[in-house]
Amino acid sequence: MSVAQISVFLENKAGRLADVSRELGKNGIDINALSIADTTHFGILRLIVNQPERAVNVLKEAGFTVNSSPVLAIAIDDEPGALSKALDALNENQIGIDYIYAFVGRTQNRALVILRVEGPLEEAGAVLSKAGIQVLKDTEVYSI
Amino acid sequence: MIWNPERETLKRKEYEEIQLERLKWTVKRAYERVPFYKKRFDEIGLKPEHIQTLKDIEKIPYTSKADLRENYPFGLFAEPMDKIVRLHASSGTTGKPVVFGYTKNDMDTWKENISRLAAAAGVTHNDVAQIVFGYGMFTGGFGLHQGLENMGVTVIPSSAGNSERQLMFLEDFGATVIVGTPSYVLHLAELAQEKGLTRGRHKLRVGLFGGEGHTAEMRQQIERQWGIECTENYGLTEVQGPGVSGECLEHCGMHINEDSFLYEIIDRNTLQPINPEEEGELVLTTLTKEGVPVLRYRTKDITSIDFAPCKCGRTTARMSKIKGRTDDMLIIRGVNVFPSQIESALLGTPHIGPHYEIYVSRKGYMDKLEIKVELLDSSLLEKYSELERLTKMIRDKIKSNLLIDATITLVEPKTLERFVTGKAHRVHDLRNQ
Repeated sequence: MSVAQISVFLENKAGRLADVSRELGKNGIDINALSIADTTHFGILRLIVNQPERAVNVLKEAGFTVNSSPVLAIAIDDEPGALSKALDALNENQIGIDYIYAFVGRTQNRALVILRVEGPLEEAGAVLSKAGIQVLKDTEVYSI
Repeated sequence: MIWNPERETLKRKEYEEIQLERLKWTVKRAYERVPFYKKRFDEIGLKPEHIQTLKDIEKIPYTSKADLRENYPFGLFAEPMDKIVRLHASSGTTGKPVVFGYTKNDMDTWKENISRLAAAAGVTHNDVAQIVFGYGMFTGGFGLHQGLENMGVTVIPSSAGNSERQLMFLEDFGATVIVGTPSYVLHLAELAQEKGLTRGRHKLRVGLFGGEGHTAEMRQQIERQWGIECTENYGLTEVQGPGVSGECLEHCGMHINEDSFLYEIIDRNTLQPINPEEEGELVLTTLTKEGVPVLRYRTKDITSIDFAPCKCGRTTARMSKIKGRTDDMLIIRGVNVFPSQIESALLGTPHIGPHYEIYVSRKGYMDKLEIKVELLDSSLLEKYSELERLTKMIRDKIKSNLLIDATITLVEPKTLERFVTGKAHRVHDLRNQ
């Protein structure tokens, strides 16, 4: 049920984010979701792409520090209070969230959200499914 | 193997006799043939015959890099150009370079001196040596080249740069010895690792390092990565180039070629000669140079001398690894800091690469120290807290070693400077800008 997320270390200098997206674009890799958080000196870019393994190789080749790790992707109704349903379910089961971000686009009036949780992914996935939240398969996500 | 037992296993008294005889010869020639020295001597009423003991050398004024530069290009030559067979120049990073000429005898002595240190490092005529020093006016490339060739070593003069080709030669020509600056050899090791060029595919067994200082930690890292044993040698263009001294396999300091160079250690503040077993600035006088004799040259390098007998059988005095240079010592918030101390603290730290850059700036009245290191371990990217923990760990290490608070900046791999014309330029002092 997990989706491969790519993390890229970025120095805080002009043009680095553009460099990443250029490398991916050049290789025909599509970005489905992204999140970036930065401190004064560096940032970590997190990406969901359609070809994660290739993306890792392409970026490594271009000299970036890159890692791939599993995260959860869920689809929720695009209406007020929908996200809290998912978060409540995790909270009730004492599963913490490291970070969360949303997809660039959406499908069938549903918002897509990426979750990185503390502890085992399977457990969090099961909790969410039980609460009626749709947890997406990796193939579903990559083909968006 | 000891290359020249007759010259490397003498008694202290015998070295001193040779040194005194050659010192008198050098001083007399410098006075008679080089107007710069004659003027210096005459100003203080000093005559060559006043030099009767080794200690009398203290009567002679020091020579600085600026003195040499002011005599550009040939003002310090003691021989006419038809006796000079080679010119070299020291790097002109500040102002004009300093030019040195070598006579045929100077070249022979130079080769001999290099052969001694290479033999001490375990090199024999059966070896194949790849020289990755820059050639050209810099003495490192040609200096080692001639000395190794003199021993019957097969020399690959590949020079610095074009790293992929370097590795191709290294593998295909079966190099057993690599000669260069430690920063470049480390750079090649990283590349070799990426390309899967491991032991079995290469035959390297010995590294000869010079041209720049490096810490024990950096050497160990290179030894581990290549699977080789490395020694360090020392020299400077001003007195010859490489070949002043070199380490043997006991790794307990660099054996000085005592029949070519007279060494003194001076206090870096008072500039007075001190007991050479104490740490201070190294001052060198050439004892055989015909082309450009140099008297009491202030090297700015900080070291100390060890006279205790070495297990290798050589009796020549040994100088310790250069601790730093008086001119790259940084004073940060009143604390003396040598880049080598920072390097020691960084190397061996997990998750980061071996390269670094140091930036010192001033904010108001406060000095700010920033150290940039390359983040290599991508597994830390999953959590910010991991990266924060890493920078904190480095910061704490620096603080406990140097008593200074530093800002640690993580940068992307391969973005820090590796080497500039063969030497890494790692310290940026921006306080006066």
